[in-house]
Amino acid sequence: MSAFAQSLEAAVDLVVRADPHLLGIVRLSLVVSGLACLIAAAFGLAAGAWLAVSRLPGTRLLVGILNTLLGLPSVVVGLVVYLMLSRSGPLGAWGVLFTPTAMVIAQTLLVLPVIAALTRQLVADSLREAGEPLRSMGANRLTSALLVLLHERWSLVTVLLTAFGRAVSEVGAVMIVGGNIDGVTRVITTTIALETSKGDLPLALALGLVLLLIVGLVNAAVAAAPGLRADRLQGAR
Amino acid sequence: MSSEPTAWPGSPALIELTGVSVRYGGVAAIRDIDLRVHRGECIALVGENGSGKSTLLQALHGLVEYRGTRRVAPRGAAQAMVFQRPFMLRLSVWNNLRVALWLAGVARGERRSRAEEALQRAGLADRRDRPARTLSGGQQQRLALARAWAVRPDVLLLDEPTSNLDPAAKKAIESMLAGFVAEGLTLVMSTHNLGQAKRLAGRIVYLADGRIRADRPTARFFGEQLDADADRFLRGERAVEAVSTLDGDYTASTTPFSPTRE
Repeated sequence: MSAFAQSLEAAVDLVVRADPHLLGIVRLSLVVSGLACLIAAAFGLAAGAWLAVSRLPGTRLLVGILNTLLGLPSVVVGLVVYLMLSRSGPLGAWGVLFTPTAMVIAQTLLVLPVIAALTRQLVADSLREAGEPLRSMGANRLTSALLVLLHERWSLVTVLLTAFGRAVSEVGAVMIVGGNIDGVTRVITTTIALETSKGDLPLALALGLVLLLIVGLVNAAVAAAPGLRADRLQGAR
Repeated sequence: MSSEPTAWPGSPALIELTGVSVRYGGVAAIRDIDLRVHRGECIALVGENGSGKSTLLQALHGLVEYRGTRRVAPRGAAQAMVFQRPFMLRLSVWNNLRVALWLAGVARGERRSRAEEALQRAGLADRRDRPARTLSGGQQQRLALARAWAVRPDVLLLDEPTSNLDPAAKKAIESMLAGFVAEGLTLVMSTHNLGQAKRLAGRIVYLADGRIRADRPTARFFGEQLDADADRFLRGERAVEAVSTLDGDYTASTTPFSPTRE
């Protein structure tokens, strides 16, 4: 049997046995990335909607910066957050470096531009159709944008899933600000990186499988949601 | 030039445009428009594509930036507009009505009864919980009309409300419009359908190249000699209607509208 097949067999065994060590890592990954996405969504959806309708000077520059940040490398985010949270940094007094809190902060900053930029684009596109009718009904620009958020809610779920996918699969930021401490800040991606370098391929592969499974399950849940199916039907008209 | 704004004695204008022009970039969509809309009138805006009908409706509604003067009656003239393609939020029929009433500033306690009335008016009471976007095109347009009517506008502006609809849906929409006219609601509608204009409107405004080229009571518009340009337009539209009649399109008929007959 090849090394890959042996590793895969061991990995499946870990998943099937619901290995406690494996589950702990998966749980922390989901909590950190989930919280980061929730916090980023609260700010990103509002910022995206506002940017779609703002006519203030500098809005175009802001949008340009936001779009640039879409390609922000996670290690750069990790480095910046590390510098901010380190003892000598401006937020060093918080004492959260190498804790899950630092990892949530880093991932929030990582996915915030994704949510804000995609929301802005979605709202701006939707307002091409909806803007004039909504204004004729008495909605001002901001109200129109907020109504469009409601109108496009199922598309926004896809935006949030994209953000979650980016958060849960990144390794650079959480490695730098979390420190990959076993049982404290070790998440799926940092474990895969570490175990692979140590040669413990079954655990790395098992976590890879779990990561795929999580993303697949989330996508399946969204695809099966009644609202999204109705949306597709409506979109056909 | 055939432009001779209709006198409407004893009735102040609800909306009055004086020397209004609208430009989109370097293109003049409407130029030096003088138009007075009086309470109870039903005005049909006719003209070829690109003649400025939709822009004129938007200018009346204050939706576009314009040069010139736009006066609204001193006591205010609430307006609502229905577009060629009705926009429905991805919400239920009921919630679309509620949102429109909320945006119009209708008091919370009154929204329910108004929405119920609008549902009845549109004949959609049995579809109140359906997603609005799953309704047929004709049903969506009926809902859009009822939604606009529900906010109790002084002036209802309609941008080709029956284009792209099948004959049965056109008939239903026209029936609703006839009801509005009978109730004395002020309507300004753009249309390519001269039969519809003849059936519904008391006054026809003909536009060409962004200017008003004729503004007459309906009987005079169709019964008197117009300038060469307007005459060419009328002959062209009638030829199209004749073909539509052969195709069985009920709206091509130029006989007077009668709800009982329909």
